[in-house]
Formats: sequence, structure tokens, C-alpha cells
Amino acid sequence: MSVETKKLNFIQAINQALVQAMDADPTILVLGEDIADREGGGVVGVTKGLSTRFGDDRVKSTPISEQAIIGAAIGAAIDGYKPVAEIMLMNFTTVCMDMIVNHAAKLRYMSGGQTTVPIVIRMMTGAGISSGGQHSDFLEAWFAHTPGLKVVAPSNPADAKGLMLSCIADPDPCIFIETSRAYGVAGDVPVDATPIPLGKARLAREGADVTLISYAEMVTRCLTAAAELEKDGISAEVVDLRTISPWDEEAVLASVRKTGRAVIVHEAVRTFGVGAEIAAILHEKLFRELKAPVGRLGAPFTPVPFAGNLEQAFLVQPGAIVEAARATMAAN
Amino acid sequence: MTTASPESGTNAAIPDAATQIDIYRRMSLISQNDEAARKTVKSGRLMMPYYSPKGQEVIPSAVSVNLNDDDRICTIYRGTHDMLAKGVPLRDLWAEMAGRVTGTCKGKGGPMHVTHPASGAILTTGIVGSSMPIANGLAWAAKLSGSKRVTVAYFGDAASNIGAFHESLNLASVWKLPVVFICQNNLFGEHTRFENSTSVDQISKRAVAYGMPGVTVNGNDPFEMYAAAHAAINRARDGEGPTLIEAMTFRFYGHVFGDDDHYMTKEEKAAALAKDPLPLFRARLIADGVATEATLAELDADIRAQIEDAIQFALSSEMPPLEELTRDVYAEAGAA
Repeated sequence: MSVETKKLNFIQAINQALVQAMDADPTILVLGEDIADREGGGVVGVTKGLSTRFGDDRVKSTPISEQAIIGAAIGAAIDGYKPVAEIMLMNFTTVCMDMIVNHAAKLRYMSGGQTTVPIVIRMMTGAGISSGGQHSDFLEAWFAHTPGLKVVAPSNPADAKGLMLSCIADPDPCIFIETSRAYGVAGDVPVDATPIPLGKARLAREGADVTLISYAEMVTRCLTAAAELEKDGISAEVVDLRTISPWDEEAVLASVRKTGRAVIVHEAVRTFGVGAEIAAILHEKLFRELKAPVGRLGAPFTPVPFAGNLEQAFLVQPGAIVEAARATMAAN
Repeated sequence: MTTASPESGTNAAIPDAATQIDIYRRMSLISQNDEAARKTVKSGRLMMPYYSPKGQEVIPSAVSVNLNDDDRICTIYRGTHDMLAKGVPLRDLWAEMAGRVTGTCKGKGGPMHVTHPASGAILTTGIVGSSMPIANGLAWAAKLSGSKRVTVAYFGDAASNIGAFHESLNLASVWKLPVVFICQNNLFGEHTRFENSTSVDQISKRAVAYGMPGVTVNGNDPFEMYAAAHAAINRARDGEGPTLIEAMTFRFYGHVFGDDDHYMTKEEKAAALAKDPLPLFRARLIADGVATEATLAELDADIRAQIEDAIQFALSSEMPPLEELTRDVYAEAGAA
């Protein structure tokens, strides 16, 4: 059975997910800074057309008030709505961490399951677009370290749509990370509303010698690296986590059990990053089956720099992934 | 009553006799419950962080008689008075304070995180200033659904200095939300005096900056508190938007129970204790012929028995089973 698809970029794909979800469910609300059409439909246009289509009650531009945004989303969620809140840039979540970490994440638990917070918090981020230190951070490890939250980071437009649909339908708070520098990248996206289950990884490329584990835009770099490795006769498998928390341990273990080698690749600083958790689990569970120590690639332990050359050096490049994969191949 | 807004009415609402007794009943419940809580902690029968609301009985009592069961409150760690006034049942509250499975939240919230939706007590937060952003959301939901429900956000004077206060008042005003912000100004933020931490002499003055009515009232006077709450709640219910009420009061027992109050002067504490709102209101009800001594004594005794029963219930209840440790972090599998 073939699925009807259309070429869309990330922005269009997420927009389509919101439109289709809001059409189907009147309790879905959207709020955030500049998101209504009067303000331009979002700084990059993800929410364009929504306020015109669904009205100003359901699609609300807010003041620049991150605590108020997430607080309003939480309260409305407790009373039966499903708000999708935009925090324009991931760095700005620092301004409302109390609302996210102390309240959204914990109210189900602390109330003994009586109040629940089915919200989605959308945000963009990423280095490589010359935004400097306060507009570019990947902070997913903070959220993945917080019980009660789910953390999602799509690598392509089709996943962005499918995962967004699942986040909206999910009964718990979801952090939805959009990589800014990938916004314009187009891909085939199912026309119908087709949710992609949370917590399930995608086998982005099959291989036999080494598993590259990644998420968000870094998946694209892993695929580039895998093509390069192929020329050396190294067959790399690429696992796209899609969901960082909960991560698909089963799929990752299955792949690494097959290849015996793994390199984890993420954009955030390597130190105390998501890669450390995955590497530790792989070592705990596959110690005897591993042919080499699990590799980890991330950014150096530094804020994101502005200067173009430094910023590119900050980002994990496909070449570094190739090198890391070769190093694991040489390890035994 | 002082006012920071010309919109506040001068035709103050007066509670009728039955409402006056209802206010007293809630005050007596709060006061006796506080005494029991302090005793229980002091005796070692129960270990919990306890933030006594003694001295602040009037505020939520005079507010709650204006609220319906399905109206919402969001309160804070010093909030047992707010919860009891709104109707959180004693047994459930005590069991939660004791961390028992029979508590409002199966013992997983504790005294600082009580939630009891049936009585409208939706949120108790341990973070200063965070009741307000969430109250806005509850009010937004009421507005969207076309219900006439009102949400009250309780907080202390120190909370008016955190960013969330300012963001929340601004948003509530811009969105015209059916929410009432009630600051219980007990003159101290933890150990810091109000005048050493706050740029204005009246928090209600800040309402001007957010385009909403703001009033400062004697929060220890049941009639004044009732009138202010009545006006603000009606205003919210009628779709006219939020109000900021600053209710002046005093806490008798320091920040967290057990601290030595070194930051209060003996004189100011003695003066506050001499004006303990509970015996004053009790005497007034009798003097005004609203109730007899015998009626109030019977009411007090009945409450005492209920509290005793609740403590027994709590302390004899089971601890939560260990599987509760990891339950409710997320929806149960398949719940989606």
C-alpha cells in the first residue's frame, strides 16, 4: 500500500500537523510569541494561517513572557485542553524552567495522577546560523534528565509531522526540538495525518559493521558519513532515535548487537550529554558482545561561538563521524 | 480600604448572618487544625515541613464563601488554610500530610503539594510565585469553555517580586482572564521584612501597571475581606477580567514551623497576637447577636472532633505501596 506524500519542508510539515490536529480536536490550542497571523504566524512561519483558520481564541500570540506562556498552557491542560506552546528558541526555556521542570513534569506524580499536563512545548535551536551563544544551544539532556517529560527531536520533515501528531495526542508533556538550520530542508511527507509512535527509533540506514546512533539534524550528517564509509568498504547502520526520552533501548541494542560497534553522535556538548547515557547502557548490557568501546561525538565543552569558522568547528562534521567510525573499526 | 484604582466600588458587600457564621466556621477549622498540626509535629508523631498559617485565617475564609465548589484555587506551601477554607476534606489532607496512601495524592505530594480537584484545590506549589501563571491557564480554560468558573491564585508578599507575578498579571489583563490574584501580605518573605525587599509600600499599587483594579484591605477583617473578594470574584465571573487584592495580615509562627522568629520584634508580634482575628471575630458575632456563645462552642467542639478523627485516620492509614514509587511519572501504558 503506497502512502500519498507531498514534498514539504520542516516548517510546512509541522504547520500541516498542527492544522490537521486542530481540525480533528477542538481542545487543541496554540500559544506563543508572535504566533498569530497578525504577528506574522511565527518568526519562521510554523504557525502561519492558524489564527485565521481557527480563530484568536485557540491561537494566541502572547507577550514575551515565557513563564506566563508555559503556566497558561499547564493550567489549560489541567482543565482539559491540549495546548501546543511555542518557546521561540530553546535557550529561552531557561526563563521558564520552573514551569517546565517543577510543574509540567511533576504535577501528574505529585497529585497522585489526579492532574495531568498534556502539553507540547515546541522550540527551535541549533548552531550554524550565526546566532551566537544564547540562541543556539541543544539542551535536550536537561529535559531528558527530568522524569515526567518526553523529549522528541525529528531529523526530517515527515518525522516532524508524525512525531508532532503523537506529541499532541500524548497524555504527558512533550519537549519538541526543531533544528533551525534544517527548517528549509524538504522531504516527502504523508498527506494524511499519520502519527509516528513516541519512543520508537527509525532505522535510517541498514549496515553491518558499525551503528551510528543519533537524532535531530545530526542524523543527516551520520547518513553523509555512512555514504563516505561505504567507499572504504565499511557498512554503517544509522539509527535515528526520533525520541530522546524515552529512548528506544531495544532498537539500539538490537542494532549494536548485530554490528558490535557503536558511535553516538549529537549536537550538544559531549560532556554529560545524552551520549553518555546511551554509551553506559550499551556497555552495561553488551559488554561481552562489543568489539570496540562505544564512541561518543558531541560539541566541545564551550558555549556556541559566533565566528563562522569557530561555529563550524563547534558542530560535529561528517568527517569527524567517519573518523570515529574508522577508529572503532581499528579498535580490535 | 485603600484603593489603587478608581474602578473599585464603594458599595461594599456585607455578608449575611449565615455567611458570617460560615466564615467563622472556616476560621475555627483553620485555627484548630493549625494548633493540631503544630502539636503533632512538635510531639514527633508526624514529620513534615510545616508552614503555619496561624493569624491568616480570615483571608481564605472570607474569600471561599464567595466561591463555588467548581471554582479553582491555586495555592502555595503556606496553604493549609486556603485548602481547608475551600473544602479539602480533613481526613484526606491529614493523610497526605502524613504521606499515607489515603491522602489526597496517595502520599506522593505531601503538605507542600496537595491537590484535591473535587473541592477545586487544583495546585499547591512549593515554589514562590508559581501559583499565578498556572491560575491563568485554569482561568483561560474556563473562558474558552464558556463556563463561569473563577480561579483564585493565592501567594505571599514576597512572590510579588518574582518575574512570574509580573508576567502573570500582564497576561491576565491582556487576555481579560477570570482570575483573582490574592496576595496574603504577612509582612515577611521567609526572614526578610517586606519593606526591605519590595519597592512599593503597597503591592496593590502594582495593579496600576497592569491595568487592573488593585486594592489593599485589612485581611484580618472578615467584612473588609469579604467585600473585596465579593467584588473581585463577581468582576471575574462577569467577564470583566482580573483583580489584585492585597490582604494585610501577619503570620504568628515564623517562616517554617520551628524557626525562632528572630527577625520579628517582640512588640510587633505581641501587637499582632493581641489582635488575633479569630477571638475578635468570635466576640463580634456574639456581640452583634449573630450567634450565641453556645452555638459557636458547639461548632468549635464539632470541628475539634473532626480534626481528632482525621489525625487518627491519617496515622493509622497505610503507607503507599512501593509500586507507587514509579507510578504516575507518565500515564500508564495504553492510557493514551
